[in-house]
Amino acid sequence: MITIRELNIDLQEFHLRNINLDIAENEFFILMGPTGAGKTMLLEAIAGLIPLMSGKILIGEREITKLSPEKRGIGIVYQDYALFPHLTVLENITYGLHFHRIDKTHAEKRLDRLLEVLNLFGLKQRFPVNLSGGEKQRVALARALMVEPKVLLLDEPLSALDPNFREEVRGALKRLHQSSTTTFLMVTHDFAEVLSLAGRAAVMNNGRIEQIGKIEEIFKKPRSRFVADFVGMKNLFRAEFRETRALVSNLEIELGIEPINSHGYIAIRPEDIVISREAFSSSMRNLFPGSVTTIIDQGFCYEVHVQSGEVSFKSLITKSSLIELELRETTEVFISFKATAIHSF
Amino acid sequence: MKREPFFWITISCGLVIMAFILLPLIQMMSAPSVGMLKETIHDKDVLRSIRLSIYTAGLAALISFVLGTPLAYLLARSAFRGKRLVESIIDLPIAIPHPVVGIAILSVAGKNHWIGQILSELGIRIMGSVTGIVTVLTFVGLPFYLNATKTGFEVISPRLEKVSRSLGASMSSTFFRITFPLAWRSMLIGLIMCCARAISEFGAVVIVAYHPMIAPVMIYERFEAYGLKYSQPVAVWLVSISLILFLLLRILTLHKVKEE
Repeated sequence: MITIRELNIDLQEFHLRNINLDIAENEFFILMGPTGAGKTMLLEAIAGLIPLMSGKILIGEREITKLSPEKRGIGIVYQDYALFPHLTVLENITYGLHFHRIDKTHAEKRLDRLLEVLNLFGLKQRFPVNLSGGEKQRVALARALMVEPKVLLLDEPLSALDPNFREEVRGALKRLHQSSTTTFLMVTHDFAEVLSLAGRAAVMNNGRIEQIGKIEEIFKKPRSRFVADFVGMKNLFRAEFRETRALVSNLEIELGIEPINSHGYIAIRPEDIVISREAFSSSMRNLFPGSVTTIIDQGFCYEVHVQSGEVSFKSLITKSSLIELELRETTEVFISFKATAIHSF
Repeated sequence: MKREPFFWITISCGLVIMAFILLPLIQMMSAPSVGMLKETIHDKDVLRSIRLSIYTAGLAALISFVLGTPLAYLLARSAFRGKRLVESIIDLPIAIPHPVVGIAILSVAGKNHWIGQILSELGIRIMGSVTGIVTVLTFVGLPFYLNATKTGFEVISPRLEKVSRSLGASMSSTFFRITFPLAWRSMLIGLIMCCARAISEFGAVVIVAYHPMIAPVMIYERFEAYGLKYSQPVAVWLVSISLILFLLLRILTLHKVKEE
């Protein structure tokens, strides 16, 4: 559906380099990456709002690289809603109809459906200034979808919302995607959104795409150090590989498989590292003694740092486990993790 | 709560400034008797000069609007090399002494300059004509319109325009449906400021066109020929009429805002 080939952009101090991307029809695709990675820029390039230096963009079979934005049939929804402040909710939503030849009864049906799905019936005559954040974002979504775009670009649409609104709009997004043929391309850095909405994703850094793949794959098998770090692989160590084992300073870690390279990185998600007071006697697990160095309160859970030899492991445990294990700084503990929880690259 | 001395300093400075601006104006406005004011407004020359002042200032604002709006939009929306230079050039008329403006305009409009030659072939006269007055007033008023309008455009998020484009609106549709309705108030304020600047211009006009006489020139002439007492009534009328016009515009615009 969306095909991007060798796209390069230079715009003041920002740039995009060698972007290649294929997104299937009606896919929910997510772009992740730190601030300044170029995600918004890529969206605006697809929408035709900033000029390319080189490269091609196709929607289906049609090349749109040189088409003006109004002729592309690509909708865009921004984090700050960008509602037209001088128009009512209804006028905002139907704005695009001025420029599209859509059958009137069809348009009315569509409007009713969008108002219903997005729960906007009661707000039709309000001005944006009198709406809450969640309502504004729902109006922005309805406005973009009203003209039935082939592609909908969403630039962190949920990040400015309160947590309860966020869930509500996220649910609406999911329903809208499932009930339409539009391809959704969304920028976010919220992993909950990624996991609940998308099938595939790309991670961007510094104007380049670092990895493209299924969500599962990106989280479990990051292909670079950056991606591992970004998706929260907090235990990331340089390792030398010997047969099925990885040597991380003085620790020998069983991988279960034999890596291709002789050295590289291993990554373990913090929630896969189990802390115990006694040594487990399971042969499946890597088991190391260590002592607690730091305990960080993260709200619902705690991040516990355990020093084993020269290596510091980070584990995520619940508050009840923390109390049960009576963990304090300097407590002597054992950490264990399965060989299958280790990702080597 | 005990106020700090700083608070009292701010208040007293404010009062001094208010008095400094208002006292002379009030004194002038209340000096002429009602009879004198009546007599003055029946003077055809006075009436003509005030009318000419308003007419030429209005025309200057109109020209600024037509020529200045696209440039203001360009400056608000795009970054290009030399933008700062363009902005400084726009501000130049504010910094130049007024008689110099008149002299500068005459030096290109004169017979020795090719522009002047083209103009004279077209039958356009700058020296001593309404055209000349409007030219000068546009020169001094334009920066005020441009700056106010540019600021007006700048505060509108470019994302609104981007969304409008993505919904199928062309650049011009976007301008007329989104940008203009959101910026017209700043544009109107720009027009008022441009007009106010133009109506108060004396130094540049007196060089280019002593006749036909705009109100400030007439006030100067009366002051020179007959003294303070005879120039005051004309001044009162000019100030009153401009104040009424600006107040009207302000009320009209504020009224619209409330409706929205």
